[in-house]
Amino acid sequence: MTAASKPRRKPPLGLVARPGSSLRNKTGSWGILTPVFDCEKCTGCNTCASICPEGCILRIEKKRYEADLDFCKGCGLCAAACPASAITMVEEHR
Amino acid sequence: MRKMIEGSRAVAEAVGLCRPGVISAYPITPQTHIVEELSQLVADGDVDSEYVRVESEHSAASVCLGAVAAGSRSYSATTSQGMLLMEEVLYNIAGMRLPMVITGVNRAVSAPLSIWNDQQDTLAMRDTGWLQLYGEDNQECLDMHIQAYKIAEDDRVLLPVLVCMDGFILTHTYESVDMPTQEEVDAFLPPYNPLFKLDPDDPVTLGAYAGPELYHEVRYVMHRDMLAAKEVVKEVAREFREAFGRWSGDVIEAYRCDDADTIVLAMGSVIGTLKEWADSARGRGEKVGVLKLRCYRPFPQDELREAVAKAKQVIVLEKAVSMGGYGIVAAELRAALHHQPKSPAVTCAVAGLGGRDISFDTLDEIHRRARDGETDIFGGLRAELLEEK
Repeated sequence: MTAASKPRRKPPLGLVARPGSSLRNKTGSWGILTPVFDCEKCTGCNTCASICPEGCILRIEKKRYEADLDFCKGCGLCAAACPASAITMVEEHR
Repeated sequence: MRKMIEGSRAVAEAVGLCRPGVISAYPITPQTHIVEELSQLVADGDVDSEYVRVESEHSAASVCLGAVAAGSRSYSATTSQGMLLMEEVLYNIAGMRLPMVITGVNRAVSAPLSIWNDQQDTLAMRDTGWLQLYGEDNQECLDMHIQAYKIAEDDRVLLPVLVCMDGFILTHTYESVDMPTQEEVDAFLPPYNPLFKLDPDDPVTLGAYAGPELYHEVRYVMHRDMLAAKEVVKEVAREFREAFGRWSGDVIEAYRCDDADTIVLAMGSVIGTLKEWADSARGRGEKVGVLKLRCYRPFPQDELREAVAKAKQVIVLEKAVSMGGYGIVAAELRAALHHQPKSPAVTCAVAGLGGRDISFDTLDEIHRRARDGETDIFGGLRAELLEEK
């Protein structure tokens, strides 16, 4: 019997992931701090969205941003980088 | 065809006959001749393979990991410090269930610096998830490489194999070996047909994140498959005998053990010395046998239990030491015999570190001390070096 004609096993458990697994694997619960955006101060420069390592800051309007808390780990880079100091990190249990 | 060649050359030719798509290695004594020969075979067009030169063993193993993941049969070889540098990648290759073969040329590890043979380096890789086979002579090492790919790539296994070969004692020794033809190896070893691979047309991630709800089971499945690989090692040995007409496999091999009071268990080239020594001891009326541990991972617990059941004493001769814990193989044999209704006393004997010859005198000393009831022996010490000055 040749190798090709043998029925083959499934790949061993847990080793082959199809694209899109990050959508199911929500990592936001790792965070302790949550960014709060002050729309009054925001200039819409987009620095926060550009610098976010998770790519989870979404532009809702020209000067209004939100973090997707399913993936935000609360690292605070957005707050540190915001030139208008429009983002504050607050402690919030998710 | 029978020819008189160096052990390294024998392994290089055998690996070439397995048609690896990618070879990547970093030269390090005493592995060097193997990868030099392969490099030459590739450069001469005798082996159709991509030979990737790298700047370290970590990179060599990483290149191979990527190559197998992309569906190519891969090969590397290393030793000692290079083996230790590879370790991080070795865990990944095994964990990702990528079948490949590495020759682990056995050499002592630093410090102090030594280029000479013992088996500390590959034993340090014990828990990486690689099968480990130890060859006694160059024919066996040659045959093991061909078998290793077949074992590793079997769907029931899908784990890499480390073929361990004593540095210098085997790698640099000329012996007569029976080199199979390309047609014979092709008939025995079909092209690698990966169960899963990296493919731009069907994108997947291999070895992705596994949280606490999954990781435990993934590792269990790997352990289970490793245990089951023992039967595949035996099966492939039988297939090899059918194809090539010689018995060059299995997990253990007994020499004059049937009526032996004392059995010496060891791995690698020292088995040859031990067989001669056993013959001479039997000439003096001492009933001694030799047990070759050929497959160290998976550990053939049942076979070892059966093989030593009738003996009064087992001496485990080890070319490595777990500092502060003594012999590595002896500890496992003792564990295997625990709670057995009737089992022999197990003595651990460390000998031959850093290339120290294991002579008949050393073996006589160990045998005498074991009979006198010592359970943990550091054999063949030069007492004059140990005196406080």
